[in-house]
Amino acid sequence: MLTIILILLPLALSLITLSLKKEKEIRYFVLTGALIEFGLAVAAFVQYKTSCHCQLLFRADWLASMGVSLKFGMDGISMLLVMLTTFLLPVIIMASFSHSYERPSAFYSLILLMEMALVGVFTAFDGLMFYIFWEMALIPAYFICAVWGGNDRIRITLKFFIYTFTGSLFMLGALIYLYSRTPMPHSFDFQWLYLVALTPTEQLWIFLAFFLAFAVKIPIFPFHTWQPDTYAEAPAAGSMLLAGIMLKMGIYGMIRWMIPICHQALQQWGTFAMILAVTGIVYASLIAIRQKDMKRLVAYSSIAHVGLIAAGVFALTIHSMQGAMIQMISHGINIVGLFLVIDLIEQRTKTRNIADLGGIALKAPRLAVFFMVILLGSIALPLTNGFVGEFLLLLGIFEHSVVFSAIGGLTIIFSAVYMLWMYQRTMLGTTNQLTGQIADLTWTEMATLIPLVIMIFWIGLFPGLFLDVALPDVLQILNFAK
Amino acid sequence: MVVLIPLFPILGFLILGLGFRTIPKKWTAFIGPGMILLSFVLSVIIFLNIRHSVVSLPINLFPWIHIGPLNIPFAFLIDPLSSLMMLIVTGVGFIIHVYSVGYMKEDPGFNRFFAFMNLFVFSMLLLVMGANYPIMFIGWEGVGLCSYLLIGFWFKNQEFNNAAKKAFIMNRIGDLGFLMGMFLIFTTFHSLNFLDVFEQAKGMTSGDSNLVAITLLLFIGAVGKSAQIPLFTWLPDAMAGPTPVSALIHAATMVTAGVYMVARSNILYVLSPATMAIMGLTGLATALFAASIAIFQNDIKKILAYSTISQLGYMFVGLSMGAFSGAMFHLTTHAFFKALLFLAAGSVIHALGGEQDIRKMGGLKNAMPKTFWTFLIATAAIAGIPPLSGFFSKDEILAKTFEFSSGIWFIALIGSLMTAFYMFRMLYLTFFKDFRGTEEQKHHIHESPAVMVIPLILLALLSVFGGFINIPSVFGGNTGLSNFLAPVFAGSNAVMEHETPLSHGTEWLLMGVTLAGVLAMVFWTYHRYITRQHGLSPDDARRSLPVRLISHKYYVDELYRAIVVKPILWLSQMLHEIVELRIIDRFMNGLGTMVVWTGNTIRYVQTGNVGFYMFIMILGIMLILFFNILI
Amino acid sequence: MITLTAIPVHYYLLFCSILFCIGVIGVLIKRNALLILMSIELMINSINLLLAAFSAYSNDPAGQIFVFFIMVVAAAEVAIGLAIVVLIYRTTHSIDINVLNKLKW
Repeated sequence: MLTIILILLPLALSLITLSLKKEKEIRYFVLTGALIEFGLAVAAFVQYKTSCHCQLLFRADWLASMGVSLKFGMDGISMLLVMLTTFLLPVIIMASFSHSYERPSAFYSLILLMEMALVGVFTAFDGLMFYIFWEMALIPAYFICAVWGGNDRIRITLKFFIYTFTGSLFMLGALIYLYSRTPMPHSFDFQWLYLVALTPTEQLWIFLAFFLAFAVKIPIFPFHTWQPDTYAEAPAAGSMLLAGIMLKMGIYGMIRWMIPICHQALQQWGTFAMILAVTGIVYASLIAIRQKDMKRLVAYSSIAHVGLIAAGVFALTIHSMQGAMIQMISHGINIVGLFLVIDLIEQRTKTRNIADLGGIALKAPRLAVFFMVILLGSIALPLTNGFVGEFLLLLGIFEHSVVFSAIGGLTIIFSAVYMLWMYQRTMLGTTNQLTGQIADLTWTEMATLIPLVIMIFWIGLFPGLFLDVALPDVLQILNFAK
Repeated sequence: MVVLIPLFPILGFLILGLGFRTIPKKWTAFIGPGMILLSFVLSVIIFLNIRHSVVSLPINLFPWIHIGPLNIPFAFLIDPLSSLMMLIVTGVGFIIHVYSVGYMKEDPGFNRFFAFMNLFVFSMLLLVMGANYPIMFIGWEGVGLCSYLLIGFWFKNQEFNNAAKKAFIMNRIGDLGFLMGMFLIFTTFHSLNFLDVFEQAKGMTSGDSNLVAITLLLFIGAVGKSAQIPLFTWLPDAMAGPTPVSALIHAATMVTAGVYMVARSNILYVLSPATMAIMGLTGLATALFAASIAIFQNDIKKILAYSTISQLGYMFVGLSMGAFSGAMFHLTTHAFFKALLFLAAGSVIHALGGEQDIRKMGGLKNAMPKTFWTFLIATAAIAGIPPLSGFFSKDEILAKTFEFSSGIWFIALIGSLMTAFYMFRMLYLTFFKDFRGTEEQKHHIHESPAVMVIPLILLALLSVFGGFINIPSVFGGNTGLSNFLAPVFAGSNAVMEHETPLSHGTEWLLMGVTLAGVLAMVFWTYHRYITRQHGLSPDDARRSLPVRLISHKYYVDELYRAIVVKPILWLSQMLHEIVELRIIDRFMNGLGTMVVWTGNTIRYVQTGNVGFYMFIMILGIMLILFFNILI
Repeated sequence: MITLTAIPVHYYLLFCSILFCIGVIGVLIKRNALLILMSIELMINSINLLLAAFSAYSNDPAGQIFVFFIMVVAAAEVAIGLAIVVLIYRTTHSIDINVLNKLKW
């Protein structure tokens, strides 16, 4: 029951928000709602018993004749991602408070709608439901970026929409094919879909279809070109939603669909996918070194980081999979933190151009400290969240293939190169006209950043809590592959 | 109690870091050094305890990363080796903290400085206390971070920031090696805990390819951290940081982490002769290379930096000969006299208002007598003049090299003569003859305050007497330090084939040759720099080609810029502009354009002519019928 | 019934096919909307005739019921078709289909 409440609550909140008029009212209402949602997710987390599979199950028939049912529940993997979503949403909402958007009710309503779709994707245990929520997440994302974005928003957002939508259609095709292969009466239920026995050729096609859909979403090189533009043009909240949570859908899909269903194809063609992922790491890292726009730099760094996660999933070892789980959470937290800091700088100086900034640490030491901590998390310094994830990922990939691990490991060098470069050019040095009068963080802004910092160290110091939750389900999924 | 040792510094960091704008300097002056003092006292207690206990077991705090077979507890291992390092880190650390109170008094970032310093001590303690490789790695990267923060402490200056970034990135290159080494250890031994790994390693054959790979990868980490060839160029640049930082991080403790790590993994190294050979060659080459650069440097801190690199090279030479306790001995004495040299140099720089060029110094002997005497002691110690500490530790390594091969001994000897040369050159140019700086500086020269001088004196005492902890048997000593460390190296000693120890006669002879050489250097430099006043020519003076090569540090920085930095930047630009925008993005946009173009073209089929539509329709029906018949 | 069977069914088939083809050709070559409608009517009726013939041949009255059905629907359809033609004529003063090409590209 809790699961369905987690999905419906944001929808209800979203509809109510539309009817509100005053901006202040909207803000408090939406924030409170998102916090309640987070509270419910925590309640679910507490109730959740590790070692059992899909729990908190909700099930109702919908199109019984077609074998479609409203089946929602949570296993360890879903649990972690729902926690991530509900944790980040209040942060993202608070981060938007410093902007005064036009038509705030529509803006916040869309954010809540997005939350509903995301929670739906992560908790759906029915193939068609999964697809419906998957596409539903795209709609608010499109409008948030297309209405409140930067100057070139229409063209960029259209590209983003068509790109990801095209990818998703392949997934739909694969799902329908799988559905048609389930025994009579057909069903979209995950359990049924998992049991479909496919010939190697069929597996290959299904694998390709899924790979295309997820590779675009994540994005994996060379399907990534929509991403830097979109992140750069989207409003801060949009970038955070896309990078922090939405791209996890792709990785989640890989874990949830590709490994159990096309494991043979994965073992045969996984190396090919791995090459793409690892190439993406080096490629995006290299490009990030020379970026001029902070948001673009972070966007490319994100491609590199998620490339490592994807490589970890393809490596199919327990360490890399657990690393992928932890790193999904960590990456979500770190990149939201980075976009938040960049947004704070942009609000104060009206620019994201690295060359125009400098010396901010002199005037805004608190901002500099927060930036440093988040940056350290993102370059995987031990005792921060990034390290646990990257350590496990690289270890797992190493067990699979030494070469890929060594190449993927380059990311720890490159990330230091571009991140420290960005920090040096923006925060350190002497001030100029733009940064001379920059104000330090307000209490609201601190309150937005502090939860992120707490999570950075919490996961870095005590990852056990998060690792244990997902372990049995990750093991089960790996069992399919054996 | 063990937990408290790293806890105090991190507590200090949190207090000073969170309240860096509110805590008054007076409190900071107590909190910063005080926390380290507490750790030091506890370290001493543990050191005294450990002398009596036989077995050392890891102390588990909490499970850190635990997935199936991968079990990494947050655990500390207290044995003689880590106990010795803890003493050095907290002891020398405390002295330098006290010194910093005086040195950084005027700096607006006083609190921030002590916060970072405490964080450094914490990380360094984790590094030496960790009971498994990942915990060591936490400290390993932690000290790298602190080094970054402290080199770029005066962050208004982008040059300093560049130096800091360079240090961090070069360290990270090594760290990747370390990380890969850890992974290989895990896949080989299915554990990362020191005791498990070493126990299993004992059963392996010498020269096992996995072991060689592991040790080589770990050694890459050590090369980065301990500034050996080819990753040494960050250390001279790191001198951009405040001088106490150079003393603590870039001389006494952090850069010796690589030596500690190799000593800690001694059993793995002993079983991989190939790595030992590479390590020895690297160490020897670095020792000579850095020493030769130091001869032509004029910046007082850079000379010391190159000297540090060179001495670290000696330690690696010692390690590669299997003289683990010898290397640790040299590490210890080096911590004393090199910290002293830096602090004394800092005292000089402080007195001259930031001047670091030794050509603009001179004659400080009378103005700063205490600094001069301590500096002299340290110089004599590093040059290896008996009975100062450096003599004993360096002698032990030299004797080991002679056991191995007289050729290597000879090369090492040349290196140590060069050490004597550049150190005495620096001493003479700084403290003797007349002052060569500006009039304004001359009035300003003063002896440093007591808070800075007392640490100097303490370190001077350690530099004088530090050698007595490990007097070799040739002097009738009992090699106390070696005996103390013996349990840690017991496994390796059992494996190593022992060469016949040198007879006392040979040892006397070797010492005599070394000493004679060093004394010759002392007089030669006196003649050259005091009597004939050499070495004061400005940078742009004409010099012969080899001299120019060396004084430009063999153009290594320029070489790296040309073969690494520039190509990467070029690649970055090229990938972005050509591959990303012109190929991939254009292709993807092209797909979209193609759809639009297709639509644009095909729409002309819609002529609007009803007759045409009907004609097509009927044609279609006929075709369908036709194919139906056909099939 | 018996008298009908005297004429072999393939005669009907041939006759209806010719009728149908005349209709098709009429649709294709005529430009007058009214004539096209008539041609279409011819095609429908040829089918109707064929249906009736087969129905009689196979002794199954369902076919003839279909014919009635089709005739009713065709009547309605013609009514609508003519109405459209009238409207077209009112707006364009022509029932030449070549003039009606506004709905292109």
